[in-house]
Amino acid sequence: MAIELHPLDQFKIEPIIPIHIGGLDASFTNSSLLMVIAVVLASIVVIWGSRKRELVPGRWQSLAEISYEFIAGMIDDNVGHEGRDYFPFVFTLFMFIFFGNLIGLVPFGYTFTAQIIVTFAMAAVVFIGVTIIGIAKHGWHFLSFFVPHGVPWVLLILLVPIELLSYIIRPFTLSIRLFANMMAGHTMLAIFAGFVAPLALLAAAPLKPFAVVPLAVDIALIFLELLVAVLQAYVFTILTCLYLRDAIHLH
Amino acid sequence: MNEREKNDPLRELGERLDKARAASKGPLGQAPENATSTGNALAFGWRVGIELLGAIAVAVFIGWAIDRWFGTRPWGMVVLFFLGVAAGMLNVYRAVSGLGRAVGFRLPGETPPNGARWDDED
Repeated sequence: MAIELHPLDQFKIEPIIPIHIGGLDASFTNSSLLMVIAVVLASIVVIWGSRKRELVPGRWQSLAEISYEFIAGMIDDNVGHEGRDYFPFVFTLFMFIFFGNLIGLVPFGYTFTAQIIVTFAMAAVVFIGVTIIGIAKHGWHFLSFFVPHGVPWVLLILLVPIELLSYIIRPFTLSIRLFANMMAGHTMLAIFAGFVAPLALLAAAPLKPFAVVPLAVDIALIFLELLVAVLQAYVFTILTCLYLRDAIHLH
Repeated sequence: MNEREKNDPLRELGERLDKARAASKGPLGQAPENATSTGNALAFGWRVGIELLGAIAVAVFIGWAIDRWFGTRPWGMVVLFFLGVAAGMLNVYRAVSGLGRAVGFRLPGETPPNGARWDDED
């Protein structure tokens, strides 16, 4: 009896409805399916929650209100009042990542946030959007973003490229952070899970009880992963807020 | 406030909510910054690590690409590597000292520092 479980198999993309436009593979995959589910779930929470509009909120309304207040507070604290214009975008981003991360922990689910192209697409939208907002608000003055104050011009030759680089790096670090966290966590879960069945079924009789050990590790890891899932959605959103703030409150 | 308002059940509920919020350590009670110290330390550690490594990796990649296009091997990679290290450290320094405060950024009330050093914190 062979048990073949590769820890990275869970990240495989499988087309559900193959769609090919020209030479382009635009198939509807398991990843796309989970994205749709995340969007639908997030929409249900918010739409269902705002259905009754009671003064004393019920469960669903509380859920919707807490998520609204959380993001609204985050924007107020980090961007300031002008940031309110961007609330819909930040809120959507947070809910999408939040549900994406959590759905990945449900059995038979798929973690689309563990794919760098997904996180990079989101980070690129944030980066390009923030840059456009900065340029729209400040015009060419935006370029002073890369010129530190009170520095002798000789040093500027060195510092401007560094500043430029540290700005360009933003979408990469933003996407790598979310992707690496999700991917590492899920790989770890799969590795420890992969120990359980072989130990219980294939190992010599005196070793069999030790199958409990990786199982216990996995249970502990699930809780850690829940924490990471929420935290990384939070971190991605708060960094988006900070980037927005930089672009809006340029001196 | 008048008597009617005082006895309003909603008002009472509001007071109870405030009390519960003050007592709780959740994100509603206080700023999420201090909410879960372990979780935040974890997230912050990740942030700093990725900031440094990501900067170097991206810079080296850009250097490699420049070398490929202009045939300047290995100088693009060498120069960009050091720039990447500097940029990564700068990002880490900013993340630690002021939560993502970039060069051009100033709080609305802050006066532009005339002649102050660009990285002067005090």
